[in-house]
Amino acid sequence: MITLTINGQKHELDVPEQMPLLWALRDVVKLTGTKFGCGIAQCGACTVHLDGKPTRSCITPVSTAAKHEITTIDAIADDETGSRVQQAWLDLGVAQCGYCQGGQIMSATALLKETPAPSDEEIVSAMNGNLCRCGTYQRIHQAIQHVAGHAPEAAKEEQS
Amino acid sequence: MSRDVTMPQTTNKPRDSLLLANVSRRQILKGMVASGALVIAARWNLAWAEEQESTKYGADGMPHGWVDDPNVFIQIDTDGSVTVVNHRSEMGQGIRTSLVMVVADELGADWQKVRVEQAPGNEERYGNQDTDGSRSMRHWFDPMRRAAAAARTMLEQAAAAQWEVDAKECKAGVHSVKHSPSGRELSFGELAEAASQLPVPERDSLVLKPRDQWRYIGRDNETGPSVSKRPLAIDGADIVAGKATYGADVLLDNMLYAVVAHPPVYGAKLASVDDSAALEVPGVVKVVTIEGTPQPSAFHPLGGVAVVAENTWAAMEGRRALKIEWDNDSAGDNANYNSDDFREQLEKVVQSPGEVIRNSGDIEAALENAETLLDATYYMPHLTQAPMEPPVAQVVFKDGKAEAWAPVQAPQATRDGVAELLGIDAQDVTINVTLLGGGFGRKSKPDYVFEAATLAKQLDGRPVRVQWSREDDVQHSFYHAVSADRLEAGLDADGNAIGWRHRTAAPTISSLFEQDPKHLSASELGMGFNTMPFDIPNVRLENPAAPAHLRIGWFRSVYNLPHAFAIQSFVAEMAKAANRDHRDYLLELLGPDRQINPRDVNDSWNYGEDPKLYPIDIARLRAVIEKATDAAEWERERPEGRGLGLAVHHSFVSYTAVVFDVEVDDAGELTIHSADIAFDCGPQINPERIRSQMEGSCVMGIGIALHSEITAKNGAIEQTNFHQYLVPRMSHIPKVTRVHLIGDVPDTPLGGVGEPGLPPIAPALCNAIHAACGKRIRRLPIRNQLKA
Repeated sequence: MITLTINGQKHELDVPEQMPLLWALRDVVKLTGTKFGCGIAQCGACTVHLDGKPTRSCITPVSTAAKHEITTIDAIADDETGSRVQQAWLDLGVAQCGYCQGGQIMSATALLKETPAPSDEEIVSAMNGNLCRCGTYQRIHQAIQHVAGHAPEAAKEEQS
Repeated sequence: MSRDVTMPQTTNKPRDSLLLANVSRRQILKGMVASGALVIAARWNLAWAEEQESTKYGADGMPHGWVDDPNVFIQIDTDGSVTVVNHRSEMGQGIRTSLVMVVADELGADWQKVRVEQAPGNEERYGNQDTDGSRSMRHWFDPMRRAAAAARTMLEQAAAAQWEVDAKECKAGVHSVKHSPSGRELSFGELAEAASQLPVPERDSLVLKPRDQWRYIGRDNETGPSVSKRPLAIDGADIVAGKATYGADVLLDNMLYAVVAHPPVYGAKLASVDDSAALEVPGVVKVVTIEGTPQPSAFHPLGGVAVVAENTWAAMEGRRALKIEWDNDSAGDNANYNSDDFREQLEKVVQSPGEVIRNSGDIEAALENAETLLDATYYMPHLTQAPMEPPVAQVVFKDGKAEAWAPVQAPQATRDGVAELLGIDAQDVTINVTLLGGGFGRKSKPDYVFEAATLAKQLDGRPVRVQWSREDDVQHSFYHAVSADRLEAGLDADGNAIGWRHRTAAPTISSLFEQDPKHLSASELGMGFNTMPFDIPNVRLENPAAPAHLRIGWFRSVYNLPHAFAIQSFVAEMAKAANRDHRDYLLELLGPDRQINPRDVNDSWNYGEDPKLYPIDIARLRAVIEKATDAAEWERERPEGRGLGLAVHHSFVSYTAVVFDVEVDDAGELTIHSADIAFDCGPQINPERIRSQMEGSCVMGIGIALHSEITAKNGAIEQTNFHQYLVPRMSHIPKVTRVHLIGDVPDTPLGGVGEPGLPPIAPALCNAIHAACGKRIRRLPIRNQLKA
């Protein structure tokens, strides 16, 4: 048995140690907010936080995850920064199909918690591992700026 | 509008609602043999479609046409909650929101009291559900408005009856009906039951709301975020909370999980499998062989070996442990397919004549008499859609009935196919359509659902999920056709074009349905090839032969991609040869404002639309060019190493122009400073979503230009995952993308949105690169060509 602490709750799982956290979350714990996109840490759809650090759950064995506090998109609203990120995503109409956005929000939240006012370069560097085939990157970038307090140009005009 | 109203919870209450009897359903369109593969083939077979569309246009020309019965689409509960049934697949284009905007406006519903319910695949009831071809709004704006107007009329009539007044004095406002003379008012909820007893008004008697009474349609978010301007998005809150239900988020009791090992070569068969090690992987339940389908295989499974397990990981581990030998004999030539060789073959075949598609004047004489001759060949590789959500489906087959949950763009084709596979009636198949984690054409082909149905048949009533890995998706897709386009132009002494010869060669999607076709179908040619709008006296268009060696399928905007890339790149080359400004030259090529009837340029298709309603309008092409170039300050001088590039394209009966501002440094490093996209799709129902579709098209187009490419060696795809099949990331996008929407002219027929933004992106970017550094890109992707 492996004990995982997910969103503050302990779960006892009877799974092989090498099973990726992604599949343990989705198939065993039945928390489906975390998505499968590539299986090799190339797309970021499966991003969760381990002790607050953005982590690709598709390549993280449950044996490793067991040593950390796991946070998933399903509970990120409980985090003050996470909640603001979600709100910015809605305000800017970021999502198109939305499939990757859970992972995007997890990466963005981790960035903003670590770096509350990231530069453009820091945003790109933190988000470049998260793919979006709908191509919502511009709005993701703007939404992160929005949370950081630099409103995008258009919003500034409106406020003035 | 009040923002404090909470959504009523109706889930666990007994339904007491507007559910009318005597549903008048439209007759099913007959005219095809209703059996198995033929149904699927008929639905997609382009020859069939073209025949249908020669007499019927728009939604009328689609299988099962349209429905505008309010009882099918709109339900009002006594507590006032309004449920809109959405029968189109949602894949990011926002149709679940946009069609609800239409209904809410026409009905007079309060947005806060409206919810949406996804229809299962059932075209007899809902009309056509194929969500492709950028036609959801263009085909359904009118029927949904009529459905809502009918429901509103019934509410008004119910109020009039209760007050015993003339119905003309009763007007629906926001979620209530008012009687102005007496000041009385009844809410929609209070009227729902009485309204449900009334007959549906005659279609001709309906009065639609004028535009100035729309509250949601046309609402834009251009000025940025604020509470009042927050975009309307039905699934937005669920998406950001991880609660939205996509294909693999359906949890069924007692469900098994399967992955399938597919033959690497299209058409190959299983020779032998040793599954002993796989069966020892903990959690693996069963190994099942899935029969392949002889070519042409339509959307049927490729065949292979499925590993069924208690969870996805165990299934994947089990698949890794299979020892499989494939037999390539049944694959024929496909086993020798080498995309590098095929590129040379295509580039060669367009040097010789092909089937004549369009001919006017005397091209030979024009090229002979020309002062300057230009000749260029362009190449685009195979691509794959790679939606972020890989194909996935759940099916349960029990007691002679099947139920599926899957992200599909073609729910009825899925239903027919599952029925055929299981040997049951389509009435006994339920296809529940989840949200799609992207589609881009991939999910128009439900082979993955058919795999799940095949397995479900052998699992004693247990539900099964078939999960494709990214490797499955990249290696076993329905690929965008590889293509070569050769263009020749003759210019006179003043640089004016007097002759234009274009040869295009690419495998056809018809190869999914017919034995070895070698020429493009009319609809494929109609995607920007024979619809070339230039005012040139001598024109000849030809289509040399090209076979297919992979499954070829629809990819967002389809054959418009190569045609726009070649034509719009070539125009820039012509302008340079003529020593003229590219924009001015392009506008001159377009010639005087006029409306070209697509039939006059041998286009029998016109995206299925009436050529009289939807001509190719030169004024609209001109307008998007002018808008995009003005926005980008086309005439402003740029510093050394920096340049602007322009392209325009008409597709899916909409008009797009884009200008890129790029910089290429001495090391060949590309920086995209900005993109200005001007777009005209006629009336804009959900401008916010139109903008985001344009932004997304721009990103996807940049990926196609820069680095996306599928290659094959000995018939097998060489790329496996996103480290090899490269798609754009945040670092690749322009520093700023501006979308300029024009043409929102009342009574203009609606154009498409999801696809027409994509075709001009790659040529505009390549033209900008040329302007910046002098390097002309004729083979995509660019990859490291700027470094050479």
